[in-house]
Amino acid sequence: MSTYKDITWNGIWKQNTALIQLLGMCPLLAMSNSVVNGVGLGLATVFVMTMSNLIVSALRSLIPYEIRIPVFILIIAALVTVTDLALNAFLHDLYVVLGIFIPLIVTNCIVLARVEAFAAKNSVIASAIDGAAMALGLTWALALLGAIRELVGTGALFSGIEMVIPSAHAIQILSADYPGFLIAILPPGAFFFLGLLIAGRNWLDARANERMREQRIHHQVDHATSAPA
Amino acid sequence: MSEPIEVTQRDAGALRISVRTAAIMLAFTVVFTALMAGVYVVTAPLVAASAQKEKLALIGEVLPSALFDNVLLDDWIEVLPTRELGSSGAVRLYRARKNGEPAALVVEAAAPDGYSGRIGLLLAVKATGELLAVRVTEHRETPGLGDYIDPKKDKNKTQPWITQFSNLGFDTVPQEGWRVKKDGGRFDQRAGATISARAVTNASGRALAWTLKNRDKLFTLPANSRFEDQGSKP
Repeated sequence: MSTYKDITWNGIWKQNTALIQLLGMCPLLAMSNSVVNGVGLGLATVFVMTMSNLIVSALRSLIPYEIRIPVFILIIAALVTVTDLALNAFLHDLYVVLGIFIPLIVTNCIVLARVEAFAAKNSVIASAIDGAAMALGLTWALALLGAIRELVGTGALFSGIEMVIPSAHAIQILSADYPGFLIAILPPGAFFFLGLLIAGRNWLDARANERMREQRIHHQVDHATSAPA
Repeated sequence: MSEPIEVTQRDAGALRISVRTAAIMLAFTVVFTALMAGVYVVTAPLVAASAQKEKLALIGEVLPSALFDNVLLDDWIEVLPTRELGSSGAVRLYRARKNGEPAALVVEAAAPDGYSGRIGLLLAVKATGELLAVRVTEHRETPGLGDYIDPKKDKNKTQPWITQFSNLGFDTVPQEGWRVKKDGGRFDQRAGATISARAVTNASGRALAWTLKNRDKLFTLPANSRFEDQGSKP
């Protein structure tokens, strides 16, 4: 069971798609201009990655090594198309909101990367967990990046939420006469704030490593002083 | 003596593997294409129905249902590309009638010069000459900045920006007044995002002028026919 925990932790933090692997930059930079857009793309990706990892893992013994990439792409493209059509037909209100994100998922190379690196070699359950965890890692990074860009750019949060929950509306965080900072919302802002997020995550990791080393030294010192007695 | 036999055996083996691999690829392609085709066939009527419903809901926003009693979606004119409407392909124009008399025209138009490209608009023009209302049908303006042109995104919920055009005609605001205040016109823009407002205001004025110029012709043409404004080819 601890391997499932490891896979989850790996996807959400240790090998985070957006902050460590730096894969799938195209949708990441394009759709992180607000929290709602970020979470929308993230959740659509969770669905597609869970399903693509699951299907590839289930069919992996049938796929010859030489043609695995075309078959993987075929499976992912078919899955995205089916998701797009089904959402449009059966959950039309949600489709109106998420519709534009779904074709974008095909451009996200992380989907193919996890199918190739994980699902083609592991069991169905582990693969599904890996797909979901990787996409959830992308989702929280997208949401955080979207929140920072939206807050700095407009002074508000959750603009566009009324498309998902009609009774909700955007929350003004900074004072209403905040002039806005356009570049945060435009594409260059995505690069600036992604850079800061990566730096922040590296700092957290470095601090955790430092603590661990200190603890080990303390432990050794304790051990050394107590040993003779 | 044994060597040639080995070579042919190896060739035959390679050929068999190639054929097998190709067959597997073909099988995957057929299965997944069939899956997509199947889902398409099942969902197509539902998708078409919701597109129709969406169009009606949008028309309902610009044209109150009390103003007409004909089947609006059946009484249309196909308008070939027109400069004033910003259209590059044929667009449908719907004709609303009350007791058989002309009531209003519902026109699709576009502003080519938004901050991030094209802004799609839907206008309802009363037969008496006033613009009933404008709505943005599609746009890619900056979220939280220029997207207030869409009343769903406008922070001002009581009086969204786009409603300032409602019920105005050229008799109340002369044609040269259909600009934003920054350009010397009559309509407000929001600070920091003039381009989106300017594009929508100018395009609405142009589309209103074109519709009024062709009003009588548009109402007298037989239903479901084509119309081309020779002087307005893009």
